[in-house]
Amino acid sequence: MSCHAPVQDPVEPTAAEAKIAGKNGASGQKLKTVALIGPPNCGKSTLFNRLTGLRQKVANYPGVTVEHHSGKMKSIGRADLTLIDLPGIYSLATYSEDARVAVEVLTGRMPGVPRPDCVLLVLDATHMNRQLMLAAPVFSIGLPTLVLLNMSDQLAARGGSIDTLALAKELGHPVALISASQGKGLDVIPDFLLRAGPKFDSGLRPVQLPVLQSAASCRSWATQVTSRTKYEQPAAALWTRRLDAVLLHRYFGPIIFLLVVLGVFQVVFMSGQPLSDWMTEVLTRAGTHAALLLPDNWLRLMLRDGLWNGVQAVIVFLPQILLLFLFIGILEDSGYLARAALIADRVMRAIGLNGKAFIPLLSAYACAVPAIMATRTIENKRERIATILVAPFMTCSARLPIYTLMIAAFIPNMHFLGGAIGLRALVMLGLYALGFLAAMITAKLLNSKVMKASAAPFILELPQYRWPTPQGLALRLYDRGKLFVKKAGTIILACTFVVWVLSVLPAHLLLHQVGPDRVTFSDLASSYIGHLGHFIEPVLSPLGFNWKIGIGLLSSIIAREVIVGTLGTLYGVDPATHAQTLHAALRHDMTLGGAIALVVFFAFAMQCTSTLAVVRRETNSWKLPALQFAYMTVVAYVAALVTNQVITRLF
Amino acid sequence: MAETVASDVTLLSDAKVGSTGVVEHIDLPEDVCHYLAHLGFLPGTKVEILRSAPAGDPRVYRIDGVEVGLRRDTAQHIYLRLTPNGAAR
Repeated sequence: MSCHAPVQDPVEPTAAEAKIAGKNGASGQKLKTVALIGPPNCGKSTLFNRLTGLRQKVANYPGVTVEHHSGKMKSIGRADLTLIDLPGIYSLATYSEDARVAVEVLTGRMPGVPRPDCVLLVLDATHMNRQLMLAAPVFSIGLPTLVLLNMSDQLAARGGSIDTLALAKELGHPVALISASQGKGLDVIPDFLLRAGPKFDSGLRPVQLPVLQSAASCRSWATQVTSRTKYEQPAAALWTRRLDAVLLHRYFGPIIFLLVVLGVFQVVFMSGQPLSDWMTEVLTRAGTHAALLLPDNWLRLMLRDGLWNGVQAVIVFLPQILLLFLFIGILEDSGYLARAALIADRVMRAIGLNGKAFIPLLSAYACAVPAIMATRTIENKRERIATILVAPFMTCSARLPIYTLMIAAFIPNMHFLGGAIGLRALVMLGLYALGFLAAMITAKLLNSKVMKASAAPFILELPQYRWPTPQGLALRLYDRGKLFVKKAGTIILACTFVVWVLSVLPAHLLLHQVGPDRVTFSDLASSYIGHLGHFIEPVLSPLGFNWKIGIGLLSSIIAREVIVGTLGTLYGVDPATHAQTLHAALRHDMTLGGAIALVVFFAFAMQCTSTLAVVRRETNSWKLPALQFAYMTVVAYVAALVTNQVITRLF
Repeated sequence: MAETVASDVTLLSDAKVGSTGVVEHIDLPEDVCHYLAHLGFLPGTKVEILRSAPAGDPRVYRIDGVEVGLRRDTAQHIYLRLTPNGAAR
């Protein structure tokens, strides 16, 4: 197949190049689609974001991108070109789902994605011997290729060097040294694309590629190329070694790991809570003022009591969510995450999970949806299914609002160890631990029942430590904040609206005057929602939940945060609790047992339509999501029942 | 194929932290070999045993300027020819 002539005649094009030139020339077809390809964690998505102005998730560990993403190359003035970002691959042979996606898109076999017209091959310049192995199979696809040696800043800082001209001659494709994170050297890309346009001519000529493209032959080819082009491998990153000596230390390593986790909770809760309280105050005042501008009729009631109370109850958690994501961002961008996976591998193995499952499971702390997508990097199918099944037990950020609400309302603000650790942070940590335990036990059960222990190995590349950039973190927070506010403004708003409507209907019964200028609704219990609530109450009262909580639970099947909005609306509409804060209203209306049972229920229950949808998409059947929903709901119910009964007896 | 294991050939999992060696051969299923090969684990490549994770396993190996974590049950199928101490560098 790839039986190319050795470097020689500068005029005679290869068969592949002739075909491209011919195709482009004959039909006058223009360059339209550009694919970004490269090994994992070499900076493809960072470059993608640079070139398109979009914001794909980037982080410092292999396997962040598991899907193909397209964007117009607006940032370099080529909005006519589509750039496709692909998951990282080591070769064109694929053993995992994410690699399959990359190779299918690259070779034009992915339905719905246009075949790329040219390729930007991104390689990490700090270890070329290995990275170049991918070049041979990519060149043999026969598309015009620009080789981008990324991380030029790292290469220079650590005393490595590379002769790009010699390398270009050796490879037969143009080569440029860039730094995607600093935006250096990127001007070669538009130049290349112009030349790759109507009639491609790189000015460079074919080379000898390994005939048999096995790993070993690609490898020796790569080594020959780098030695012929006088590549100087940079020194080992000193700081990475020094940091690892501490962070992976026998005793300090696990201690630091625990301190990091505890510290995150402490900060999210301690600094987040005052910010949330402040937001509550501001938003309540804003709502009251705005309400005065409206006529005192059903409209004001609907907007303030119905919609504003509900949405506001959720929005106030924005500071905590952002703080949580700030920490996740720092951990991911610095490269600590991969070390954490190494430390946690012992635990993961004890329950029969692949160490590779650790990163998807960790990202489930943000949200189960990307976590389930991230399981694509797990080659073994059964382990992948097991990881998908347990991922929703990890405490996602959508659980944070209800946890924070109940903890702030029911747990006293006590401190131990001279104020270093708060009781509330400990309870929060306990809830996270609970979810983790449920995941572990489920995995263990699956392992002994469904799956035999598999031989899939744990192989993890440790990236170098890097400083998280303020811009990178700021963008993450901005995107996260936007997503959260958008959710509050759409799904949560819609849900609270439905709840409100049902809570004031049938209207003729409920709307009545209280004094000359007050209109209010009375007797929430006889509204439609009251009837529904009382209908389901017998099932929930053993858990210590009243009917309002029951309605909240029903509404939260759509998304977990919705319960806070629903409770905000219901307690806002109810004349008995109308004037109270949500905290006070809840304290008034629930026992401690019921409150703890509620958060325990949330720790286990699968209340998230997005997760169910993504599981169905990734497994191509409703079987798994249905099973997951049933299993998690039963676990949640039983656990909440036990919690309520025990706490009620004890206190 | 029938290799007589020389005295200085050892299992990667048995090599001490801090020592270096050259990969002799790898005795693992094809897909695992393939993956390892692309991380640099190929006969003739120099490996340094960098450190072990706090629990003693997995361990971190430096190969080709890249640090890779491997569990013991993978590393014990990789055969290594140890580099004599003085000539490590």
